[in-house]
Amino acid sequence: MSLTNQIKNQHLMWRAGFGPAVEQLGDLTKFSPKQFYKALVKASDKKPEYINVADDYLQGLYMGIEEAGRQQQRKELSADEKKMIQQKSREGIRNLNLFWLHEMVNSGAQLREKMAFFWHGHFACRNLNVFFQQGLLDVIRRNALGNFGTLLKEVSKTAAMLNFLNNQQNKKDHPNENFAREVMELFTLGRENYTEHDVKEAARAFTGWSATIKGEFTFRRFQHDYDSKTVLGKTGNFDGDEVLDILLQQKQTAKFLTQKIYKFFVNEQPDAEKTEWLAERFYKNDYDISKLLEDIFTSEWFYDEKNIGAKIKSPMELMVGIQRMLPMKFERDEALLLLQRALGQLLFYPPNVAGWPGGKTWIDSSTLMMRMRIPQMLNDRDEFNVKPKDDDDQMMGRKNDPDEDPKATAMKSLKRLGKPVMVNIDWSLYTKNYESVPRESLQASINSILLQAKSQVNPEVIKQYSDNNGRENFIKTATLQVMSTPEYQLC
Amino acid sequence: MYIKRKEFIQIGSLATAAVMLPKFLKAFEGSMMVPEGNKVVVILQLSGGNDGLNTVIPVRNDLYYKARPRLGIEKTKALSITDEVGLHPALTGFKELYDDGSLGIMNGVGYPNPDRSHFRSMDIWHTASQSSEYLTTGWVGRYLDAQCNGCDRPTQAIEIDDILSLSMKGEHIKGIAVKDPQRLYGTANEQFFRDVLKNHTDEAGEQPVDYLYKTMAETLSSADYIFKQSRLHPTRAEYPKTDLGNSMKTIASLIFSDINTKVYYVSLGSFDTHINQDAQQQRLFTEMNDAVKAFVKDLKANNRFNDVMLFTFSEFGRRVEQNASGGTDHGTANNMFLISGGLKQKGLINELPDLGNLDEGDLKYKVDFKNVYATVLNKWLNADDKSILNKQYELLNFI
Repeated sequence: MSLTNQIKNQHLMWRAGFGPAVEQLGDLTKFSPKQFYKALVKASDKKPEYINVADDYLQGLYMGIEEAGRQQQRKELSADEKKMIQQKSREGIRNLNLFWLHEMVNSGAQLREKMAFFWHGHFACRNLNVFFQQGLLDVIRRNALGNFGTLLKEVSKTAAMLNFLNNQQNKKDHPNENFAREVMELFTLGRENYTEHDVKEAARAFTGWSATIKGEFTFRRFQHDYDSKTVLGKTGNFDGDEVLDILLQQKQTAKFLTQKIYKFFVNEQPDAEKTEWLAERFYKNDYDISKLLEDIFTSEWFYDEKNIGAKIKSPMELMVGIQRMLPMKFERDEALLLLQRALGQLLFYPPNVAGWPGGKTWIDSSTLMMRMRIPQMLNDRDEFNVKPKDDDDQMMGRKNDPDEDPKATAMKSLKRLGKPVMVNIDWSLYTKNYESVPRESLQASINSILLQAKSQVNPEVIKQYSDNNGRENFIKTATLQVMSTPEYQLC
Repeated sequence: MYIKRKEFIQIGSLATAAVMLPKFLKAFEGSMMVPEGNKVVVILQLSGGNDGLNTVIPVRNDLYYKARPRLGIEKTKALSITDEVGLHPALTGFKELYDDGSLGIMNGVGYPNPDRSHFRSMDIWHTASQSSEYLTTGWVGRYLDAQCNGCDRPTQAIEIDDILSLSMKGEHIKGIAVKDPQRLYGTANEQFFRDVLKNHTDEAGEQPVDYLYKTMAETLSSADYIFKQSRLHPTRAEYPKTDLGNSMKTIASLIFSDINTKVYYVSLGSFDTHINQDAQQQRLFTEMNDAVKAFVKDLKANNRFNDVMLFTFSEFGRRVEQNASGGTDHGTANNMFLISGGLKQKGLINELPDLGNLDEGDLKYKVDFKNVYATVLNKWLNADDKSILNKQYELLNFI
């Protein structure tokens, strides 16, 4: 059976973006996947705006510190100022999360945001400084579709990453290998493709790489080791950039990245022949990310039946996908953060430097039940009664101060509302899409738009749990029921 | 055939649960029968990095008081267990356990190249990895993988929480998180979910959709099973009305039932005491003390204390020196409490940390926590510790 353009385009939108948007429903059948992809690329052309969420207080304070630094004075912060900075920074990261989430839902530049989301997991970084985080996010979004070499070098020079991987402590006399190790293990070559000796030598090349308090890269000459190093068989008085170049010269870097990208965008089960072919071309094209994506999304095999509906949505893909199909407004944005936590993917808080492992690891009994209950929560028929775990890194020891615990505050504010998740869904565009669909075909039409998996929920069950009084009620309730199934967790 | 009442109820509940299992998940009835004296582990995670030095206090060590002029707990306030050592004043129940011979204290537990970030260090404790590697499965989860191949429900390890910890996630099998058996039962009993499951016809396969349905089936079946077991012999003992008190009460009720659970997991926190440590640790220890005390009393009254082993851990200890805000910052090695009626080594199992020999202000670890895990897995749970921990760790002698 040949697949329709609709299912292919939906497949493309789920993988190269965060799922089809309600505005696109009419186009899904009109265009070929090639045309659709072309439009996606075009929509991602423009350079993204820098997301700045730090408030005036923080801006002022950091300016002040910088000014003091210029005058060679050390400005000592008071305990209250420190507390204030932590609190403001935490709020900042919360806003950064919501801002980017909003972009994922609403931006036409789906390809860029999706690729940036991939890099967000690849260059996984925890840092409680909002300036550092927004700097890293900007690097990732600007270079998401550009050149991987440039991206790697820019990320390696962000305050967020240098700080997170302890390169501030990497000095000629006391080398710290953390940064060099992760660059090789997680960012470029992958395990077992370098020796401990390579790590030690590379670490020496990164000595002196540091950042200012404002988050700008700085090279501390007196901490740099200028002697000769040998990395992966090459010898010279390398600095950090030269070591990154050596890593990029290794074909293994292209292979490692291509495999990871294939698993993320195509299928959890990598296909050796395809990834070899992609890696060759990625390497030959000097790590041009756009060309790699074009190779994938315009290939025949990307649209093979075995690749469609074969991936478990990440929590972000699930939540963003629902919002793209059903435009909605949350009375309290906190609900979006609580859901991220409860489902195991809070932006800017990856589980470790290796990022979110993905695939089956998203699913356990708690997260699966939670996922299937979301549509009913949005419909006010179920309440959010799950308490996510604490994150001590985020709390910085202030958990027991009730004003300081964002989770407690969020839970409290949700409780106060009586109805825990207050959402206003704008159904108009969505229901309009079904205008010309005869009543008896409604169910099939809803399924075909929402589900990518081959396995389909029994229509009788959906019908039984839907409101059969009138077309509109049926469309709404059947849609929410379909979204509450295991099949909807797949894309 | 004569069937004992308890077993009958169990078979009854199994029968109803089995009806909704997809074909590829046949219930494994035989091994469900849990023998008397089923050995059980209760893991109590002290999240946030508990300050071990103010937990097991070196009351005659000048270095301790010198490093902590404000935070140090005076000898007269500590609950004396030996001439040299006292427990935190809130741990009265632990002191009784010590006197009673059912408390073991393992000092200086940690791992090589310690990480001082909460999430990374907790990750290392949960996955039992080296500090240089990243694993995506937890050590209890891998125990499930090894024990429970083909199980129709993951109830061999239960976390009393809404969210499942990494430690409980195996490659193939993941434990189950349940804060309140009745609530989980209610959610899982949503008729829509049951009908969706019932109408799913696909056979066993390796596709993600099969995995989703398998997890769903396991969850619904487990929710049923756990709820019914929790009703079988609910404890009537008094427990403090705290979070941990409720959790320990749930655990006790399950231990007294016929459930096949071997590992219970529960957390208390946050012990991240950068500021005002005294009040915070006092409050949390009171909650821990009262809950554990009630739990042990209950186990003893039901003659199960010899079969249950509770241990505590925290992702790291704290710096030896106090900070300027009435608290302590992230450190390294820490102590663990081991509580059971079946301990072979009691009291202070090894020496207190050497405060004269520090690593940049932090304690040096003496015992790798993986040795403790290996011992529990091998000697208490009768499991293959080597394959679960990917390495043979020397077994200790506390059990």
